[in-house]
Formats: sequence, structure tokens, C-alpha cells
Amino acid sequence: MSESLLETWNRPPVIEADGEGELLEISMGPHHPSTHGVFRMDVALDGERVIKLKPVFGYLHRNHEQIGQTVGYLQMMPYTDRLDYFCSLTNNWAYALTVEKLVGQAVPERAEYIRVILAELTRIQNHASTIGFLTQEMGASGTPLMYAFREREKILDLFESLTGSRLMCNYMRFGGCRVDMSEAHLNAARKVVAELPQFIDEFENLLTSNEILMARCQGIGVVKPELAVNAGITGPMLRAAGVNYDIRKVDRYGIYDRFSFRVPLGEHGDIYDRYMVRVLEMRESLKILEQALKDIPAGPFVDPKAKIRGFKPKPGEAYGRIEAPKGELGFYLISDGGTSPYRFRIRPPSFINLTILEDMCLGQNVADVVVIFGSVDIVLGEVDR
Amino acid sequence: MLGEGLLKGLAETARNFAGSFVSKERLTTVQYPEERHPLPEASRNFPFLVYDGADWEAGLRCVACQICEKECPPKCIYIEKSKDKKPDYAGKLQIYPTQFDIDISVCMSCQICVEVCPFEAIKMDNEFELATDDRFGGLLQDRKQLAKPNEYYHKIHPTEAAEVDARLAEEKAKVEEKARAAAVAAAAKAAAAAPKPAEGAQPQ
Amino acid sequence: MTNTLDQIFVLLKHWIIGFLPVWLQPIVAALLSVVAILAVFPGLFAISVLLERKGLGRMQNRIGPNRVGPLGVLQPVADGIKALIKEDVIPYSADHVVHFLAPVMLVVVVFMGYAVLPMGRNMTFVPMDAGLLFYFAMGASAELTVFMAGWSSRNKYSLLGAMRAVAQMISYEVPLLMSSVVIVMMTGSLSLDKIVEVQNQYTWGLPHWFVFTPMGFAAFVMFAIAATAETNRSPFDLPEGESELVAGYFTEYSGFKFAEFFLGEYVAMLSISGLGATLFLGGWSAPLAILNVVPSWFWFFAKIMTWICFYIWMRGTFPRLRQDQLMNFAWKFVLPMTLLNLLVAGLWRFMGEGFLRWVVCSAILLSAYIIGGRIGMRSKKFGPRSYRYAE
Repeated sequence: MSESLLETWNRPPVIEADGEGELLEISMGPHHPSTHGVFRMDVALDGERVIKLKPVFGYLHRNHEQIGQTVGYLQMMPYTDRLDYFCSLTNNWAYALTVEKLVGQAVPERAEYIRVILAELTRIQNHASTIGFLTQEMGASGTPLMYAFREREKILDLFESLTGSRLMCNYMRFGGCRVDMSEAHLNAARKVVAELPQFIDEFENLLTSNEILMARCQGIGVVKPELAVNAGITGPMLRAAGVNYDIRKVDRYGIYDRFSFRVPLGEHGDIYDRYMVRVLEMRESLKILEQALKDIPAGPFVDPKAKIRGFKPKPGEAYGRIEAPKGELGFYLISDGGTSPYRFRIRPPSFINLTILEDMCLGQNVADVVVIFGSVDIVLGEVDR
Repeated sequence: MLGEGLLKGLAETARNFAGSFVSKERLTTVQYPEERHPLPEASRNFPFLVYDGADWEAGLRCVACQICEKECPPKCIYIEKSKDKKPDYAGKLQIYPTQFDIDISVCMSCQICVEVCPFEAIKMDNEFELATDDRFGGLLQDRKQLAKPNEYYHKIHPTEAAEVDARLAEEKAKVEEKARAAAVAAAAKAAAAAPKPAEGAQPQ
Repeated sequence: MTNTLDQIFVLLKHWIIGFLPVWLQPIVAALLSVVAILAVFPGLFAISVLLERKGLGRMQNRIGPNRVGPLGVLQPVADGIKALIKEDVIPYSADHVVHFLAPVMLVVVVFMGYAVLPMGRNMTFVPMDAGLLFYFAMGASAELTVFMAGWSSRNKYSLLGAMRAVAQMISYEVPLLMSSVVIVMMTGSLSLDKIVEVQNQYTWGLPHWFVFTPMGFAAFVMFAIAATAETNRSPFDLPEGESELVAGYFTEYSGFKFAEFFLGEYVAMLSISGLGATLFLGGWSAPLAILNVVPSWFWFFAKIMTWICFYIWMRGTFPRLRQDQLMNFAWKFVLPMTLLNLLVAGLWRFMGEGFLRWVVCSAILLSAYIIGGRIGMRSKKFGPRSYRYAE
């Protein structure tokens, strides 16, 4: 750190350090057992309290947007897998949605149902992993994490048998999906969905009323609703602060208006609320999945007239967004009539949710910084692109 | 009461501990490399080239059209065309690749090359134990390493291979049908043209 | 026959020293006991390390180590060899003498505690009249070694970790002592042998263990909590937490010195479990009168291993408590409960024999716990919450 932290970051008032002596400046460095990837935080401490915190990232920058402006539209689809590498199918859907908006492509009904099923499965496995990692950082020596991963494996096996790959699925196409979900796949999905409520119950048994978890999470890392809305926070963090904004209900993209599900809202905006909102969202996703798996119609899985090669949309622009498990994932494309877009911009939810990390951590103990950071639920692939 | 949640947590862990001795679901370890989890049929890792028959050079389906090279997102395929031609599965003379390299340290297994290939020549393999200590040469696969027989394709992706074979057989049947129809028409024309040489030339 | 099996080690010792001249006999007798302790407890340490890794694995739906030796039984050996052959790195500016002495002292002090534990009938190494006092003196010395380790490393993070660890250990010494004082009150003696003798009686086949009395049970629970905090085990292991700043007070130790710290921690865990078993669970007495055919030393070690299994179970389930929450818990909840427990123990003796004293004492303790718990949770605003939904 070349310049003093206190000068460089123009932010709302800093908490005054009481007591004399210098502030202890430490760097919770890129290699750290609890940061979810290569991420650095420069923290200034007064004893145990955090006075200033500056996140430093960019260690995983891979030129996503530049690549998007060089390769063609279809070629960018596997790259979007690697943005939020836990939830590749929702990334694919966001990008496909944007391109379909750009050219006005229609999507057949069966394809929409398949997209919803896969997106909700992705949401469940992401929330389970997030809670597992959160408790791992609190020192539960990995037990909830292992339970979450046990269930996640079932969902990933489903993805592998359908798309060919567990994580980098590359499944959505402009106008539908790449291959059809056969009856065998649907039955396997139904079996997985039937087993999941018991897992969520066990998970809650282990964690929700645990007094130590309550002591570590309640009242820590509070986000007020006004701050959340002003800073552009989206996703479970926003809903835990009490703001009712779920893009599935607001935009009604895809066929989400056909399913009946509720949006859980928190009250205090602390870590415990974020944890509970994620658990309740998992249950709501199960409801959507049951409805979708029951109602899925027969039909084409991709628009037969959609082009694969030589895709050249007319000049124009489009912004498409979905409710990714981490927040609002948006793509902004400007086309100039060529094979690759003129401007390819990704709105990463993790990056924008991280901007209020300092506001959440001020005045808290340094032991809580790691836990607050875990509750924001970031993936470095998305933050740094 | 204070401590109730803690007791519930302890009960949950105890249940998992006891369950790990009796049920397979509570002990999910697969002891690699002695046991292996069976890969689903659709599983993909890196591409390979399919050849029919016994001779890999003669039976290689690839005709060096270079579509996969153009469509590959990270540009990991390198193709060089041949100067001469060889017959393909339907008997037509096609050029073939003299060099077909895939750099698997760059390849991201996206499967776009498979989707765009019009000749069913490149398919996805599912082999993942490709670790080597030669970082550059060991990860560059040339066409000899990439060429694998159609029987292998049937072994790893049976449904897909059956569909591909059916489609190719259909194509071949169509080509042969056309050839036979053309031969019959030519013979008929020759037979019709032979006994009347003085009729004059038919307008062509 | 069973009597011989029960006394087999004592008889063995007497047989060996029978060969020696009289002036040599006391020294060799003492040496034999020392060798026995130094052989058995590190062996138990190896077993507990393996048990911990495999137990945690099973709780997390996976197999623990199973490659080294059948079922992984040689894993501690492999760990020991690894620790021995590592390079011993000492920071340049560290205080070399203290840096060297800290782990050695820890091991020495922790082993001294075994001198007074009655491991079987007539199997106490040094049957002292004030055995309990000696044990606590040794336990408190162990805290000094932790501070020596943190101080000598000349590393501000190790010092931070050491100070936290020492603060934690000191604040939990008081509940530990107070819980034992209850037992002393009920027995009237500080000698651990006498405490076990008192518990070795049976009524209707059931033993007189102190854990079966109301204030004995309360003291047992608080002793268990305090013992977990003393040995820095989860959920009180913030000083050695990996996801916090650094690895705590033994950051600058590598190789065999680190192994000594590890050994010291586990041997302390075994030792304090032994004390807990002696004070509350009847030491070497069997659970039912008819089970006295099984040797007494078997019961002692079985009880120690049960405590260890309980520690492992807690480690696999609970997240960590933060430092200030840990201290708050000690001073504001556990300590008042131990003081109340002392009062109740006095009341017990005052009320004389009969059924009434059981009811009254249990009622007081239970109501104090529930009310105290409610007040504590409400003052911090913890508690289960309900959530609303939007359509």
C-alpha cells in the first residue's frame, strides 16, 4: 500500500478511532483461506474494530467484454459460462435473452419450461453452496458445506447427463436450447426434486436455531434498505434488507408469470436475514420446479428457423436481465451489423453488491469481516470478469 | 430454552454419523482410482476425429472444410489442406487434412465445433485422464492422436453414434440412388441416341 | 481372577522391583510409572487424532484417511514422521531461548497433571492429599507457556493470538474451579482418590456418581464447557482459527515444535477429560454393580475416550464463537451459574437425606437456567425470527 488508506477513498464519514496510537493496517491478502477466490481487502484496524476497508480486486480479470467484442455471438456463449462459474445456466439464459431481444427472436414454449427448470435447479445448488461456505468461514469445520455439496452433486449429475458438462454447460441457444430434455431426464429431475425438501429440512435443523450461529450472524453487517437501493444492490441481499424487488416478478421474463411462488423478505438486513432469505428462496424454487415439471408441454425445443452460423443482427441495442442467484445479471449489447457486437457489457451482480462492503464492515470486529464478506455471496469470476 | 438449537444440531450430526455406516446415501465417497463413477452418456471433454473402417487415414471423415477452425471460440484448431483427394464414405472424392492440431490446453470443451461440422467428422470424447508433464508438446494433439474409430464412438456415445450412422447411411443411400438413377438415365439416353444417328442433334 | 486382572499392572510393577535391592526400589518404581504414563498417553493421543479425522469424516458423509495402513491406522505415524523431518525455521528476531522452551514446557507441565489422576484401583502415581489443587496448579502453568510462545515469536499477529488465548483460558479457569469446588464440598476432601472412593458405592445396582445429583449434573455441564474452552477446542477455538487473521500463537513454529504444541493440546484434553471423569463420572468405578468384573482401568480409559468422542462431535457441529462473545458467555452466564450451584450444594447438605432435597435443588437450578437463558438472549436481541413474503 503506497498511499495512506485514509486519503484515497472518498466515502461517507469514517468512524473515529478512539484511543491513541496508530491504526493497524493489514492486508487480508489475495491468498487467504476464506476469500472466495483471489481477492484482497486492505483493512485499517483500531484494536479489533474496523475503521477503514478498501477492497482490491482485478486479480482474475480475463477480458471478458473485450473477447465478446471480438468473437461472434454464438462463440460468446461458452464464455458466459465462465462468468459466475457456479451458475453457468443462468448466465447462458441472460445472454440468450439479450440476443433474442436484440433480434426479436421468439422461443418455443417447451424451451421456456426447460430454461425455468434448469435455472431454478441452479438457484438451489448455488444457495446451498453459499450457506455451506458461510458456515465454513464461521468455523463449522465444513459439515454443512459437505451436506450442501452432497445435494449439489445430484443436481450436477443431472446437468452432466443433459448438457455434457457439470459446470460449463453451454446449453442455451438463441431461440431455445441445444438438445431436448428427454422423458428420462425429466424423470431424473423429478426424483431429485422429490428428495430435496428433506435435505433443506435437515439443513435447517442443523443451522437455523443454532444459538452460536445466531450470536455470530444476528445484528452483524446490517444494510439499511435506502442504502441498498441507492447503491444498486440486487438479489437476496436486497430482499434481506426488506425491499421487495425480484426481477422474476417485476419483468416477468420467460414464463415466470405462470408459476405461483412467493418472495421472502427480511427485516433487519443482517447476515442472519440473508441466510434465511436464501433458505426460503430454495423452498420457493422447489415449488416452481414442481409446477414446471408437471406442466411442461411437448413441442420443439428450439426455433427451427434460428441461425447458428453467420449470425449478423441488424444494428441496434438491447439490455436483457434476469434474476440470477446472486442478483440482477444483465447484458448490454450494441450491434453494428457485424458478426460480433460493437459493445458487450456485463452487469455483474457480485461486483455491484461488493461496493457497500465497507459500509457494512465499519465498526465491526475484524473476525466479522470475513463472515460479512461471505454473506454477500460473490464469485470472483463475475467480479473481475 | 438456551441450548435447544445446539442439541438439534448435535442430533443431526449424529444421525449422519450413524447413517454413514448403513446407507450409501450418507457416505458418498467414490474411492478413485479403484472405483470410478460411471460417466453419463452425454459427458464431453475434448474433441476427437472419427474414422470409418480399419485404416485411419483412408477412413477419416474430415474433409478439411475448416468450418470448425473458424467457429472455434478460443481458436485452438489448426488445419492444413491436402493437395490430392481421396474418396469419402459415399465414394465421392474429397480433400483431406494433412495437419489437424488441437491444443487441448486452450480448448474449452464448448462443443461448438461438433455442432457446426456438416460431415459428422469431429465428435466429443470423454477422456479426462490426460495429465502430462510436458506442458506444450504433450497438450498438442495431432491428427493421429485425435483419430479414433467409429467403434469407439459407439462405445462412448451409443445413442448419438447410432443416430449419426443412420443419417450417414441415409445420405449414402440417397447418393447411390441418385448415381443409379443417373446411370439408368445415361444408359437410356445412350440406348435412345444410338439407333438414330441421322435424326440430328437434339437441342441440348 | 478378576481381582488379578484389575490389579495386573500393580502386581507387575511389584514383581519387577522385587528383583532389585531395597535402596533402588522407590526410584525404579517411580520411573516405571513415569514410563508407563509416557507410553500410554501419547498412544492415546495418536488414537484420538485418528479418531477425530475419521469421526469428522463420517459426520460429513465421507471416509476419513484410509490410505496409510489398513483403515488409516498408521496415519498418526505418517504425521509424526512428517513433523520430524521438516525444517525447523526460527525467525531471526525471535527470542531463541524462550522460543525453544515454550513447547517443551507445555509438554512437561501437561504431563505433570497425570501424576494425581487415579487410573484404576490403587493406580494413582502420587496419591496426594491435595491432588486437585496440584492438578489445577499445573493446568494454570500451561497458560504461561502459551504466552511464552506468542511473545517470543516477535510477530504482532502471534502476540495478538496469544493474548486472546490467554484471556480465554484465564476467564474459563474460574468456572472450572468453581465446578470442582462443588464436588469438594460434597466429598469433604481435595484428594482425588477419596473422591472416587465416595462415588464407588452402589444403590440398587446404580452407582453414586456425582453426575446423577442435580448440582453435580449442573457442575458437570459447566465443567465440560470450561474444559472445552481451556483446551481451545471448537467452538472456542478462535485463537487457532484458520479463517481468521493467521494461525494464532504457534504461527512461527514448524516441524517438531509444532508437533509438540499439538501433542500438548491433545494430552491436555485427555488429562482434563480424566479429571472430569474422576470428579463427576466416578473415575474407575463401573456403571453398574455387576460390571465390576471388568477391570477398573478399563472403565477409566473408556470414560476418557467417551469425552474425546464428545469433543469431536462438538467440533463437527458447531461454528466458532467470537472472542468477545466467548468472554461474555464466561463472565456473565457461566460464572453466576457456578456460584448459584455452590449455594445449591450447600442447601443440599443442609436439607439432609430424603426426596425433598432432590426436588428443591433441581427446581432451583432448572429455573435459573431457563430464566437466565431467556434474559441473556433477549438482552442481545437474539432469537428465532419469522419472515414475511411478498406475492
